[in-house]
Parts: sequence; structure tokens; C-alpha cells
Amino acid sequence: MRNTRSTQLLFELSKPGRRGVCFPAADVPTQPLERLLPKSALADAPPPLPELAEPEVVRHFTNLSTLNMSVDTHFYPLGSCTMKYNPKRNERLAALPGMAHVHPYQPDESLQGLLALLFGLQQYLAEIAGLDAVSLQPAAGAQGELTALLVAVAYFKDRGERRPHVLVPDSAHGTNPASAAMAGFESITVRSTPAGLVDLDDLRAKLDDQTAVFMITNPNTLGMFDAQIREIADLVHKAGGLIYLDGANMNAILGIARPGDFGADMMHFNPHKTFSGPHGGGGPGAGPIAVRAKLAPYLPVPVVVERDGHYALDYERPKSIGRVRSFFGNTGVLVRAYAYIRTHGPDGLRRIAENAVLNANYLLSQVKGLLPVPQGDRCMHEFVATAARLKQEKGATAMDLAKRLLDYGFHAPTVYFPLTVRESLMIEPTETESKETLDAFAAALAQILSEPAAALHDAPLTTPISRPDEVRAARQPVLRWQPEPVE
Amino acid sequence: MTPASFAPQDLRFAPTHEWVHVSAEAGAKVATVGVSAFAVAALTDLVYIELPAVGRTVKAGESFGEIESVKAVSDLYSPVSGEIVAVNDDVANHLERLSEDAYGRGWLIKIRLSDEKELAALLDHAAYEKQCAEEAH
Repeated sequence: MRNTRSTQLLFELSKPGRRGVCFPAADVPTQPLERLLPKSALADAPPPLPELAEPEVVRHFTNLSTLNMSVDTHFYPLGSCTMKYNPKRNERLAALPGMAHVHPYQPDESLQGLLALLFGLQQYLAEIAGLDAVSLQPAAGAQGELTALLVAVAYFKDRGERRPHVLVPDSAHGTNPASAAMAGFESITVRSTPAGLVDLDDLRAKLDDQTAVFMITNPNTLGMFDAQIREIADLVHKAGGLIYLDGANMNAILGIARPGDFGADMMHFNPHKTFSGPHGGGGPGAGPIAVRAKLAPYLPVPVVVERDGHYALDYERPKSIGRVRSFFGNTGVLVRAYAYIRTHGPDGLRRIAENAVLNANYLLSQVKGLLPVPQGDRCMHEFVATAARLKQEKGATAMDLAKRLLDYGFHAPTVYFPLTVRESLMIEPTETESKETLDAFAAALAQILSEPAAALHDAPLTTPISRPDEVRAARQPVLRWQPEPVE
Repeated sequence: MTPASFAPQDLRFAPTHEWVHVSAEAGAKVATVGVSAFAVAALTDLVYIELPAVGRTVKAGESFGEIESVKAVSDLYSPVSGEIVAVNDDVANHLERLSEDAYGRGWLIKIRLSDEKELAALLDHAAYEKQCAEEAH
């Protein structure tokens, strides 16, 4: 039943001269290329692009798409990624011509609907964050981090302060220190306690008048809410620094706790996690940021503003760090976030968080008898189990378990992150899964743990690709397809 | 030039999993530094190592390089302060030396000590083993 011919590379399927489209005759005068471009800009030969008919291309991509796992086909408990179901109505709304078919150079007057929606989203995100101003511009969560840190750079520069350090807990997402480095900071790691929370003594030792920002993920990557957050924020603020909240885990506290209320000065949202946008589908992503009023003048341009019932893009912001993205950002995923927020309303958003936490705690109760969960019996939206003892006793690793779960029809949890737990499996069920699904997942895990360890090393056995050679891929990466040399 | 493997009992260890062996070379105390066998096993499959240039000075606790596995990138921390007088370039192309012979051909750098007293702060093998046993659970 599987069509292995159509899933060959397009280059391998190519036949010279084959076409999918007939272009109409040009209705403007044509000119030779050489007259339009300098010779130095012209290649000697056209690029070797594959040549195929339309049905071949459609079969290629359609068959490839059936080889994937997705939230539409499988339970996907990928910790930290909040792989919740993506409601189909959001797709329909994002595809409305007034949303999907506008052009960035249209005059504002002809874009009032979309601009009103974006303005509303700015306000909703500010309310959910408990902060004052929002930029929808960043194109991903990590770019949101970078943008917020550049805002902090501009803020401190304006105040005449030199603060070269960003503090990051050792349990943080790798993007935090990476964003700090890209914004020109030196990032300094703050240790966690054995319980997985910020080590306050270590924070105090590293915090001083050189500290610009403390970046914290709360709830953190171990699925725990760091209740010391007020104390942490007071310490950092007293030292003159800012608190950045990595909003990756907002799904756990939506409508219950607001980062601005517990001391955050800036944060990003991941619309594709918290607000049900598709991960890597449906167009490019977004990572809106929210900041306190004192940081608002430095936000990137443009910001959507309302003047006398008329919506416009405001570029006249003299202290702005400038542009971080073209035009008004990636609106597709923002429209979906808006639709999601409006669909659920304030009470519904709160219930989302409550059910995400309930589902995670239920699954934790089912898993903890199978694998140790070092951080205990309670979690927020996700928890981290460890296969360290299993590895020591049976020789089976977290990777082996993850790969074998694929054979049982479940996407694997996140493995080997966070780095503070050995052989970690980070499990986040989200609120959109039923009890039956969670039970089936736990049963599959129990079944796998009863299998001989030696058999697990070869898993998965039922997927189109079994186990790629990660070491060889990292040491000798093939970064570009090359044609076979012609004899 | 290839040293015979050291017995782990003769080494000192940093809590960050680097090992040190001190010997006298041309009138100076020189520390050979590597990564413990426990840490190499925990890192799993190694794919890349970045080592410093000879002549650089490092402080105890400072990063002198990076080691990358299929799981993560980790900093390598110098257990002692001083000038780097030798670097094991052979390891970069033969990462298997680390898993095969962590305390011998898998050595990483040699440091001419600037403060011998720092050695007292490091763990002996028994204390390091105890730390590893705790971390494994």
C-alpha cells in the first residue's frame, strides 16, 4: 500500500523537459536578460531544478505527509512544546480573504479589519501578561527573547547604565543563553536546588550592578512553579535589573497567575503552544512580547495603534529599537491566537490551564510507578521522569524508550532535556487529551519496560525510517543534495 | 609522548567532572587535565570537542573548551589556574579516545600551575565516586 516510488527525491523523479505548468504568453515586451542584468550577475547555466508534472509533485508531498506523526494523527506528549490540538475553526478564520489575502502595501484604510484584530490581540496579551505594552513583531519565541533583550539594552543605555550580564538558571531552554549572547550580553548560569528551583544563594552570589536581566521560565522546565518568584523579583529589582519571563509554559497558568503581577518586566508568548497555533504548519510563527510601561518606548516598530476609531501602524517611535520583522509580523498565527482567545474567553482560558495541570498530574500518577520522577508527586503542566536507574540496571536508555513508543503509536516525549535530570523524559500531555489516551500511553510505557532491553536498542521497528545514525549525522552532515556526477 | 593511563586513585577530581594529575616537568608543576570516565559515559555519543590554544591562561572554574554529544553541549571547566602548555589535538579527530581511555590517551590539556594550593580544594577518587553515585540516582 505504501508508495515508495513517489517518496523518492524530486531530483530522482525528474525527467528533462517535463512540465507541470504552461505559462501564458507574456503580455509585455520581452527583453534579453543580458540587457536587464550585468553579465557578472548572470549564471553560466540555469540551476539544475527538478522537472516534474503536477500529479507527481502532489503524490510526492502527499505520500511524504502520511509518513509523519502529528497532533492530528497521534498523541504527542512532547514536553515543553505544548502539543495541544489545533482547532480547525482557527484555520478557517485565518484563511478568510480579509486575513489571508491582504497585501502589506495596501493603505491602512483598506486593512481596518485586520488592524483592529491585531490591536485587540495586543490588548488581550497585555491583560494575560499583566503588563502594559505588546509587540506582535517577533517571528518566533526565540526572536521574542532576543527582541526583549534588545529592548533592555536600549533601556539601560538610555539610563546611562552599563550592565553586561544576563543570569540564566541551569534548567532554562537553550535559547535563553543564546539570545543573551546574540544581544551582546555575557550569560551566567544560576544553579538549581536539588528540588529543581532557583538556588537563591547562588543567585545572590551572582547578582550585582552588572546584572541587566534575570531570565526565568516559570513554571520551569521541570514542570514546577517556582514560588520564590516574588523574592527573586525583589532581589533582581533591588539590584537594578529586569526580570524576563520565558513564556513557553504559560499554558499552566493562563488566567490564573499573571507574570506582571509576580514581578516580570518583560515576557514572550508562544502562540503555537499556548494559543493552539500549528507547530511548523500553516505558515511562519510568531513570538509576541509584553513589557512594562517604562520599557514600551523601546519596543520595535511598528505598533498597532487606535486613533479616533481608526487603526494604524505607528512607526513614529523615536526610542524604538527599530524593526525586527518586515511589515506587521506573521499575522496568520496571530489571527489563530486571537480566534482561540476569543473562543474561550477569560473563564475558558483559566479552564484550559486547570485541565492542562490536571491531565499532567493524572499522567504523573500513572507514570511514577513505572519510572522515578525526581521532583516529586505534584507538577504543573508537565513533569520529568528519569531512566537513569533503568540504564544502570538494564542498559536501556531514555532514547530507547522514546524510540520504542513510536512503535506503539505514540509520539515520544522530549528526551535529554532539561539537562539537570539524567536520562530525562519530559512529558506534557496538554488539556486536549482524554483520560483514555493518557491511560493507553501509560500502559504502553509499562509494556515497553517489560520488554528485554536488548530489543529496545533497535526500536523503532515499524516506522519508515528506523534509527538514524545521529553520531554520523553530526560528524559528517550532508547539508545539500548533490547530483550524481555525469559520466 | 603518549602517557600511560593513570590509575583513577592517583587523580584529583573537580565536582564538574574534570580530572587532574600533577607532575614535575622542567622544574615546574604541570597538571594534566581530562574528563572523567563517568562524565564521558553520561555524555553518551560524542560528536565534537573544542579545545583552547597553547599559551592561553585559565583560572580555576573557568571554561577552557566545549564538548558536544548527540544530547547536549557542555562546557569544560579548568580545575586549576595557570598557563596552558600543551593541548591534545589528537583527541579532536579521535573522540573515541575519551571513551576508550579517559585517563590516558583521552587527556585534554596540560596546565603549568600558578597556584598549587588550589589542588587541595579538589576531590580525591573516593569522594568523587560518592558524588557520581549520588548523581546517578
